[in-house]
Amino acid sequence: MKGTLNLVGYGLSAIGPAIATGMIFAAYISGVARQPEARSVLQPIAFLGFALAEALALFGLVLAFVL
Amino acid sequence: MRSLHLLSAEGGGFVPPSSNDFNFPSFFHNNQYFTKPILLVFLSVLLISVFFIMASRKAAIVPSKLQFAGESIYGFVRNDLAKDIIGHEFMRFVPYLFTLFVFILTNNIFGIVPLLQFPTMSHVSFPYVLAIFTFVIFHYIGIRKQGIGKYVKDIMFMPGVPKAAYILLTPIEIATYLITRPLTLGLRLFANMFAGHLLLLVFILGGDHLLKGVIGLKLISPFAFAFGIGLTFFEFLVQCLQAYIFTLLTALYIAGALADEH
Repeated sequence: MKGTLNLVGYGLSAIGPAIATGMIFAAYISGVARQPEARSVLQPIAFLGFALAEALALFGLVLAFVL
Repeated sequence: MRSLHLLSAEGGGFVPPSSNDFNFPSFFHNNQYFTKPILLVFLSVLLISVFFIMASRKAAIVPSKLQFAGESIYGFVRNDLAKDIIGHEFMRFVPYLFTLFVFILTNNIFGIVPLLQFPTMSHVSFPYVLAIFTFVIFHYIGIRKQGIGKYVKDIMFMPGVPKAAYILLTPIEIATYLITRPLTLGLRLFANMFAGHLLLLVFILGGDHLLKGVIGLKLISPFAFAFGIGLTFFEFLVQCLQAYIFTLLTALYIAGALADEH
């Protein structure tokens, strides 16, 4: 790919996962705020959701290097 | 990215780290495959075996520190990952899940250990082989439990969905089970380790380059190094998290294959 178009593409594609991560942890914080005993129950779910969303951001980063 | 390289190298300045930094020369001339990552994988297997053999020797009721450490790692995988997720028949899968977790964790931690400093999972083949193992295992388990006809029918035509939705749902389900799951499982681990190592390289090599510059740049270099140190801790968190996520998703896929559909 000519020039730095892949960097621009990566930057744009990182918006989605960033919003997704914010929403996931906002939900986790709300859940723990309403019921602090639920912290250890919600924690694996929060981290699972975070990793799934972050995977998409990392696909973009890797493709920015490869192309 | 490549054009940036040529521009910066011509000016005699900083050459930013790239995917070339992940290629290592071989140690021996007649065998091109014996490189640093291969050595690190062998070392990780050696370390894991020695640690767990020593932790389980002379197992006493009141555990020593080494035994306690080994048992807590095993207990974590067995209880939180296998028993809570797979449920009834979890003991069959604990060896595989435990091996997966400890192997990925050790290889990831090599990314921040001094003198080693290379996460072997940032070479594409290692995560993908593990993802292929998981793929073969969870499909084999599903086929053996439900028979191949019913298993394929349950994937393609998910029960409890109105029939008209099958036009949209079936291609998505087939793509998910056959392509997306193994692909993203391996790619998630690889991309996290690749990106993390690259970040560390940028800050530490960049700080080193700033240190050799004029006095104004020399004063900025401590910030680059401080950021490098902070990122090392963050990398540790990401490495542990990625090992946990890989094992968790494997357990979830196995649990999905074992689940009785009503």
